[in-house]
Amino acid sequence: MNSLVIKPGSSSHSAYNLRDVHAEVEERHTLGVLVDNEPGVLARVIGLFSGRGYNIESLTVAETDQLGHLSKITIVTTGTPAVIEQIKSQLGRLVPVHDVHDLTVEGDHLERELALVKVVATDEHRVEALRMADLLGARVVDVTHESFVFELAQTSSEVDRFIDLMRPLGLAEVTRTGVCAMMRGAGAAE
Amino acid sequence: MSGEKSGPDQSHSMTGAEIVVKALKDQGVEVVFGYPGGAVLPIYDEIFQQNEIRHILVRHEQGAAHAAEGYARSTGKPGVVLVTSGPGATNAVTGMTDALMDSIPIVVLTGQVPTFMIGNDAFQEADTVGITRPCTKHNWLVKETDALADTIHRAFHVATNGRPGPVLVDIPKDVQFAAGTYVPPKDARTRSYAPRTEGDPDAIQATVELLEQAERPVLYTGGGVINSGPKASQRLRDLADASSFPVTSTLMGLGAYPATGKSWVGMLGMHGTYEANMAMHDCDFMLCIGARFDDRITGRLDAFSPGSRKVHIDIDPSSINKNIHVDVPIIGDVGTVLDQIIELWKSRGAKTRAEGVAKWWRQIEDWRSVDCLRYANSEKSIKPQYALQRLEALTKDHDRYVCTEVGQHQMWAAQFMGFNEPNRWMTSGGLGTMGYGVPASIGVQIAHPESLVINVAGEASWLMTMQEMCTAVQYRLPVKQFIMNNERLGMVRQWQELLHGERYSHSYSEALPDFVKLAEAFGCKGIHCHDPADLDEAVKEMLAYDGPVIFDCLVEKHENCYPMIPSGKPHNEMLLGEASTEGAIGDSGAVLV
Repeated sequence: MNSLVIKPGSSSHSAYNLRDVHAEVEERHTLGVLVDNEPGVLARVIGLFSGRGYNIESLTVAETDQLGHLSKITIVTTGTPAVIEQIKSQLGRLVPVHDVHDLTVEGDHLERELALVKVVATDEHRVEALRMADLLGARVVDVTHESFVFELAQTSSEVDRFIDLMRPLGLAEVTRTGVCAMMRGAGAAE
Repeated sequence: MSGEKSGPDQSHSMTGAEIVVKALKDQGVEVVFGYPGGAVLPIYDEIFQQNEIRHILVRHEQGAAHAAEGYARSTGKPGVVLVTSGPGATNAVTGMTDALMDSIPIVVLTGQVPTFMIGNDAFQEADTVGITRPCTKHNWLVKETDALADTIHRAFHVATNGRPGPVLVDIPKDVQFAAGTYVPPKDARTRSYAPRTEGDPDAIQATVELLEQAERPVLYTGGGVINSGPKASQRLRDLADASSFPVTSTLMGLGAYPATGKSWVGMLGMHGTYEANMAMHDCDFMLCIGARFDDRITGRLDAFSPGSRKVHIDIDPSSINKNIHVDVPIIGDVGTVLDQIIELWKSRGAKTRAEGVAKWWRQIEDWRSVDCLRYANSEKSIKPQYALQRLEALTKDHDRYVCTEVGQHQMWAAQFMGFNEPNRWMTSGGLGTMGYGVPASIGVQIAHPESLVINVAGEASWLMTMQEMCTAVQYRLPVKQFIMNNERLGMVRQWQELLHGERYSHSYSEALPDFVKLAEAFGCKGIHCHDPADLDEAVKEMLAYDGPVIFDCLVEKHENCYPMIPSGKPHNEMLLGEASTEGAIGDSGAVLV
């Protein structure tokens, strides 16, 4: 059965395939999905996840190529390796889906999330909130005498951290976009 | 909304309804199964004014979808359905779901309320693309007449390429009336959907190496072989005959390899043969060709064929490693991949471990000698197995197509009828749709007017879509409805007996029609038979009648379908019938085959 011994690093098999697909460990994967920007495409993707019982941690979508009518969907999902594989092939067979990239597997990539965080505070809490925001790179985009709205574009965990820091200082409301992601380097997903 | 496109070529400007009919003609469509209604009247008006496309008026939209499936399965061409908005579309949902589960190419055209009324809860409005999104391979709502021709051509392309399946095009009524530009199929934007058909050479090589080394091989084939076209069935036969590897098949794949072929070991799965399931369990090399490791096939997953190297050929990547992890996945078209495998294998000398395989065959013969389909026959009542054996014996030399409903009779038909060609066996496998068979038999008979078309049915399933007998009479379709009437929901009853303490909750039909009178009311011939001694003559009478027949075959009421792998059990823990477990072999009827 020599033909089945796949050498680590051999070109035709990704490193992913060398892991144990029977593993019951849940993994978190970020998928970049390029789709035709046509009516109902988002419903198809979401319906696929709900219909087959897959998890969505976050999902973002917007048109990225107006002339080509293409949208990029970034999905963060969790599941066992076998489930993640199923998710990718189920996405891949939707007719308007051009490409499914598993950024978690494909290598070094960027993940960013935009958060708007409203803090209602006075006196020292107000000063402390502003100081923290400055330290973590959050921008003030709205201000009144008793409130700030901060804007933060960071990784999800940084956003989590910022929100946690704001909580004791008068956190009033949070809106997050969910993750959008892209590979580092010169290569482009097309 | 649409339309007044000042196209340079005025000759190509036509109404949406004209575009629909023109597009169907250019797609080579000969038959449309449909039912008119308010939102498709413009298209029906066009259909009225031409003679190239034949419209078959069904009696319920579910019937249209199943008839299109029967047409598609028996011809390999896509079936076409035309129904109205709202209830017309929702009634067709069962047929679309059935086609999705069994990978049958059908194109469903639905009318929709005018675009300016969509979303207003108009009369007969339903969110058709929303409702059918999960039960089609793809669907479209066409909002502009200019996009109509292109969309219909793409619909045919998507339905028939890659893993086949149902598609739906929802056409608002104003789009049907408005003028637009027609584009022929060659100019349609179909290129974006191009599933891979050729297998990866490394995987082909790995498969051939495994094939050469195999001592206990099994070819596990499925509906994908039939969907791939006649070439794939031929390649399967070439491979099986050249290698002498045993062939088994799922319910969907029956006929791809002939039941009379020397490598045939029978159907596998929950009600498959003992030898097929034991071979699956004990093999060392499994070549899965166009099947999908469905739960009816695998039994308990963690005990499925524990000692085998598995290769899986499938055009749909999502079928691979879904239920069973395989060693070598090959994504591609079955016919093309089998070509590649055979070519490489032959170029390497077409080697097999002949001695090992011969020993394997002796083992299989041993299992075969269990005679798992044996049953205790009776002289008093017609045993369903006996009825099908006689039906098989009396019809096997005909140019024959067989449809079924769903239940015990379906499994018995799969066990006791032999199929030697692909596209001869139409049954609802994945969805298990009771009521499939009557309309499917109509679709088959439309496609093959001179052939013998039999629907092997249970009385309960048959009643679900029996209104289609009007269609059969209207179009003079001589379909033979062979109803094995046990006055029970037989499979439900069997499970209640085996798994629910013999509490037969609602599995008994206390009121049933007189099927002979019913046949007469429809304008068909009715035949009733309850005595095994009369059966042959009655079947011959059915076959001799030139017209639709409803055959009420009263069978033994409490017969169970064996062998059976109970849910959650592995292949090697089959239940065999009472006939063998209780030593009823001496019964005089048991010798009748």
